[in-house]
Amino acid sequence: MDMILEIFKYEFMQRAVIVGVLIAISSAMLGVFLVLKKYSMIGDGLAHVSFASVAIALLLNTSPLYLSIPIVIVASLFILRLNEHTKLSGDAAIGLVSSFSVALGVLITSVSTGFNVDLFSYLFGSILTIGESDVILSFGLAAIVVTFIIIFYNDLFAITHDESFASVMGVNTKMMNALIATLTAITIVLGIRVVGTMLISSMIIFPTVTALQFSRSFKASIIIATVISVLSVVTGVIISYILNFPSGATIVMINAIFFFMAYLVRRFK
Amino acid sequence: MSKLVGVKHLTVKYGVHLVLDEVNFDIEKGDYIGLVGANGSGKTTLVKALLNLIPINSGEISYANPQITKGYLPQLAISSDGLFPAEVHEIVGTGLLSKKKIPKILRKPDLVQIDQILERLGILDLKHKKIGSLSGGQQQRVLLARAMVDKPDILIMDEPTSALDPRVREEFYQLIGEINTVDGTTVVLVSHDLGSIQKYARKMLVIDREVVFFDTVDKFSTTLGGRHFHIHEEGHR
Repeated sequence: MDMILEIFKYEFMQRAVIVGVLIAISSAMLGVFLVLKKYSMIGDGLAHVSFASVAIALLLNTSPLYLSIPIVIVASLFILRLNEHTKLSGDAAIGLVSSFSVALGVLITSVSTGFNVDLFSYLFGSILTIGESDVILSFGLAAIVVTFIIIFYNDLFAITHDESFASVMGVNTKMMNALIATLTAITIVLGIRVVGTMLISSMIIFPTVTALQFSRSFKASIIIATVISVLSVVTGVIISYILNFPSGATIVMINAIFFFMAYLVRRFK
Repeated sequence: MSKLVGVKHLTVKYGVHLVLDEVNFDIEKGDYIGLVGANGSGKTTLVKALLNLIPINSGEISYANPQITKGYLPQLAISSDGLFPAEVHEIVGTGLLSKKKIPKILRKPDLVQIDQILERLGILDLKHKKIGSLSGGQQQRVLLARAMVDKPDILIMDEPTSALDPRVREEFYQLIGEINTVDGTTVVLVSHDLGSIQKYARKMLVIDREVVFFDTVDKFSTTLGGRHFHIHEEGHR
């Protein structure tokens, strides 16, 4: 217990927990819609775009955060358009954008000399890099995501269940999809600071899939996914501090444990 | 009889491929129209155009007034995703969204309306069941409840019975017939099932990229039908 209290004496740990919890809320709530709309891998794809944008930012010597947000939003909307206007399915559209971005990132990194940034921290996250601006941005993001989902709850549920029917009912499906894509993009960019490029998609997928194991209603799924996500981040950060583990990987492991427990309960109920 | 929907010179293309060519017909209030045609004849495209789900290349589809409400029952894809987290009442509730303004919240009277339609369709006991746990016939009733909950002026259905077994299919047609005669709801029903259409619908619209036949069912001759779709292959899927 003393150990846990000790953790919160450090300012960087406070920031890590605050940002982690806020990202956990945003990613889990958006995750329910993304997973059910078969866009699960968008987190992975956008994280790769973010890798390219970090490379560009370092080349131009600007802040990775402020350059990444607009680039990743554009990429996210582009994936959506590819899916709507060509006959490409969601996963293929994500795959195209994703691999193109990694290639671009690698090329930029190879031509620019004098990279002394710890690439590891972008790949696997580093709570030490979380600053004041991350706290403010993730607070704003979580507030917008929660408000958006409350106000448009019925529209969002309708397009997730049956997009054509929602459209007949006068739901602006294009706008809803674009908003989800935009908020997802911002969540990914901010979330990478916590769990890293390689692991961010788990924050989108795990809580939802865990919730799907035992929730009957849509509302319950959103609430359960959010609670699981927050619990995973808080316990993950604490355990990683105590055992001196990398925090991102620990958070994902806790998420995985929750999933297996839920899966076993459903199987043997 | 007053005109509800007018379709004039409707042409729809997918790329260079002409799917509907100069389609003209009127839907009158209280009609029960069976829309039939072979695979690729443009039935589903016509339905989507009527629902404003796809852009049209030329011509027009005019509803008598903008307040006309539409109910839509899509082709049943039995929810293969058994994990999709939605209870029956949540799904039926989405049928009430067209009259709502932001924020679209379902209030007490809406919930009463949901219960009423569930009761009418004999599925009130399924209200809190997860959609993926229901049989095909039950799921189809839930989707019909969703289409009917807002008491639409026109109910448009795209092959609603193709995934149902014959007994459930018969029940389903009886229910639709009742909705048409008792409530006076205008019905447009797309089907492969020529026999049932002849039995239950009052008018028949046969299309094969253009309108081949549009009149009351008793004027339809099977020889004409035989030319435009393969009754024996597709009558009983």
